[in-house]
Amino acid sequence: MSLAKPAMRGLLGKRLRFHLPIAFTLSLVAAAAFKFTVTEPRKQAYADFYKQYDAVKEFNAMKEAGIFESVRPSGE
Amino acid sequence: VRVFLKKQKVLKSFFTLRTAGSVNVLDCSLPQYNCRLDTPLPDVPFVRELTNQQRALKEKEKGDWRSLTKEEKLALYRLTHQFSYAEMRQGSSEWKTVLGGVFIMLGFSGLLLWWQRVYVYGPVPRTLTPDWTEKQTQRMIDMRVNPVHGFSAHWDYDRKQWK
Repeated sequence: MSLAKPAMRGLLGKRLRFHLPIAFTLSLVAAAAFKFTVTEPRKQAYADFYKQYDAVKEFNAMKEAGIFESVRPSGE
Repeated sequence: VRVFLKKQKVLKSFFTLRTAGSVNVLDCSLPQYNCRLDTPLPDVPFVRELTNQQRALKEKEKGDWRSLTKEEKLALYRLTHQFSYAEMRQGSSEWKTVLGGVFIMLGFSGLLLWWQRVYVYGPVPRTLTPDWTEKQTQRMIDMRVNPVHGFSAHWDYDRKQWK
């Protein structure tokens, strides 16, 4: 029985040379995916919301609903 | 039958007998046999008490190994080792039993908790009654809670209903 001598050295180096590029690539892909599927749409949604936002109108609607304590609805 | 005989062999060589009042005591100060993937060479051979036939085989082992037949080599291996690497690595179906038992106990606990909810617990606090939660939801809509993505974003303020 003559088997080939197994690799005795450089095992960690071999493993790192294989796994590190994959790890870095996958991490970058995950970060990019999160950026373009979550953060960019979220920023856009907030921008769109506040483009057409009338603060005074919203305040008056909230006042009429009666949620404030300092300023009551116009009826009272 | 083979499994049963193996089990007997296991029990026989597992305990180094110290007949102190005829009690089977495992003497942990002596080297023990171990069957582990990460420790290749056990401290003691598996079979300690050899029959005459096995002793003759051990004598033959002291000579030229090329004179040993395949069966003899296997017999010598089985004298010093309990399992081969393949046998050590093979799993069992025990996980099915364990998982089944876990699910049964979870289900039974669920039934107990259900009975408890119906027959033991009192009424919920008033803040969780439908009346209160309706008023609470209306107030949250009036306050415009999370109007961009969240709560109030799903309420249609013109038609006064959920989108």
